[in-house]
Amino acid sequence: MCLGIPGKVVSTYHEHDILMGKVDFSGVSKRVCLEHVPQVVPGDYVLVHVGFALSRIDASEAQLVFDFLERMNQLDELKVPSS
Amino acid sequence: MMKYVDEYRDGEAARKLAEAIRRAVTRPWTIMEVCGGQTHTIVKYGIDEVLPADVELVHGPGCPVCVTSLEMIDRAHVIASRPNVTFCSFGDMLRVPGSRGDLLQLKSQGSDVRVVYSPLDAVNLAAANPNRQVVFFAIGFETTAPPNAMAVWLARKRRLKNFSVLVSHVLVPPMITAILQAPGNRVQAFLGPGHVCTVMGITEYEPIARRYRVPIVVTGFEPLDLLEGVLRTVQQLEAGQAVVENQYGRAVRREGNPQSKQLIDDVFEVCDRKWRGVGLIPKSGFKLRYEYRDHDAERLFEVESIQTQESPLCISGQILKGLKKPHDCPAFGKQCTPQTPLGATMVSSEGACAAYHAYGRHLQARQNGARAGDGETRRPGEVRQQLSLASGVPVSSSPAEGCQ
Repeated sequence: MCLGIPGKVVSTYHEHDILMGKVDFSGVSKRVCLEHVPQVVPGDYVLVHVGFALSRIDASEAQLVFDFLERMNQLDELKVPSS
Repeated sequence: MMKYVDEYRDGEAARKLAEAIRRAVTRPWTIMEVCGGQTHTIVKYGIDEVLPADVELVHGPGCPVCVTSLEMIDRAHVIASRPNVTFCSFGDMLRVPGSRGDLLQLKSQGSDVRVVYSPLDAVNLAAANPNRQVVFFAIGFETTAPPNAMAVWLARKRRLKNFSVLVSHVLVPPMITAILQAPGNRVQAFLGPGHVCTVMGITEYEPIARRYRVPIVVTGFEPLDLLEGVLRTVQQLEAGQAVVENQYGRAVRREGNPQSKQLIDDVFEVCDRKWRGVGLIPKSGFKLRYEYRDHDAERLFEVESIQTQESPLCISGQILKGLKKPHDCPAFGKQCTPQTPLGATMVSSEGACAAYHAYGRHLQARQNGARAGDGETRRPGEVRQQLSLASGVPVSSSPAEGCQ
C-alpha cells in the first residue's frame, strides 16, 4: 500500500489555498496534491502516493544504477582479452 | 513506456546484477525486505529465485493492511454500520476479515461503504454531503501519514465538522527494532522501506544500524532496485560493515520531505500501537493530537475495545515476523485463498501469502511437496523466463495498481 507511482506534472493550480496539479501517468491524468513538492514545474516527474506527491524524482540519481551497469560492462570487456 | 518504471524492469540488466551478487557472496546471509510492495515485486519477478542459494530473503511486516489490528477492523465495522455514516477506505481494507466479517459484506447489506483513491477525496465527499458523517479509515505507514494528515488539516481549515478519521498508523523503525530484539531473530540486514523514507529520510535508521550491527539499504520497488539493494546489502555483510545506504536516491533525500514531516508533527503524535499478528509495540504508531479531537472517529463514535478472535489455523503473525513463509502454513492455498482469506496476509496484494498465491507458488508447493522451514522451490530455468519477460510486462500489471 506504500507504493508510489511516477507521473509527469502537466499543470499546477491552487484549490482551497493548496497547491494541486494535473499529473499524467502514461496517458492517465489525475488530480494530485503538490503542496509538499512546491518547487515542481510542469515537465517534472513526481512520486505520487494516494493522490499526494511525496517527492520530486531526481533524474541524475535515477541514472546511477545504469551508470553502474555500464561500468560493469566495461570491466567485463576489459577482462575478455586477458582471459 | 512508463518513465522511471519500465527501464527498471529490464531483464538483461537484472541478470547482470544477479551475477554481481553471485560473485559477491561467499557464505549464507538472511536479509529481510521490509515492505509488502517489495515482497510483491520479489515474488512476481522471481527475484528470490535468481539469487544464489546462500542469500535468503525473508518477508517483513511492511503491509499496513496486514498489520492493522483486529480490534481496529472491528471498530471500523461498528462505525460503518451506523445509518448516518459514509465510511471511506482504501480498497484493500474492504476484504480484511474482522471478527464480524469484512466491510464489503457490510456494504452488501446496505451500509454506505466507499472506496476512495485518496483521503482528500473523502474530504470533498464530506463537503458535498453535509448531512452525512464521513469517516475515513486512516491506515498506513509513514508514507501515508502526509496525505492522511493533510486530509484532517484541510477538513479543519474548511470547517467540515462532519469529517473524521479512524487512525491506525504504524511506524517502521520501532517494528524493525522489535524484530531485531525478538528471540530467534535470523535477520542480518534489511532492504529499507523506500517510500517511507521519501517522507522521513534515512537518518532515523542510522542508530539502529549501529546498535544492532545490521546493514540497512533503503531500496525501491522495481526489480533492478531490489537487485541493487540486495547487492549493496551483501557487499556490506561480506565486508563486515553495518551502515545505512540509499539505493533509492531518485526519490529519497537524506532528510526526507521537510514539509511532510512538519505537517505530520502538527497533526499526529507518537503512540503505542497493537500490530495484527505481532502484538503491542511501544511507540510504534501515530494518533491524532488533542487539537484535532473533533475529527477523531474513535472519540466521536465511542467505539470501545471488542473481544477479538483470530483463526486458529492462520500463522500470519509468524509470517509477518519473518519466522515462517506462506508454504509453511497447512491452510495456505487450501482453506485459505484470496477468495476465502483466514488472515490479512492473504488479503492485500502486498501480503506475502497473497503474493505467493497470485504467482502460482501454491501450485509449486503442491507439486514439490511443501518443505517445513523452507518453502522455497528454486527452479532457475523458470525464473530466467520470468525475468526475460520483465521488460515486456504491460504497465497495467504494475504492482503499483495494488496500491488502492
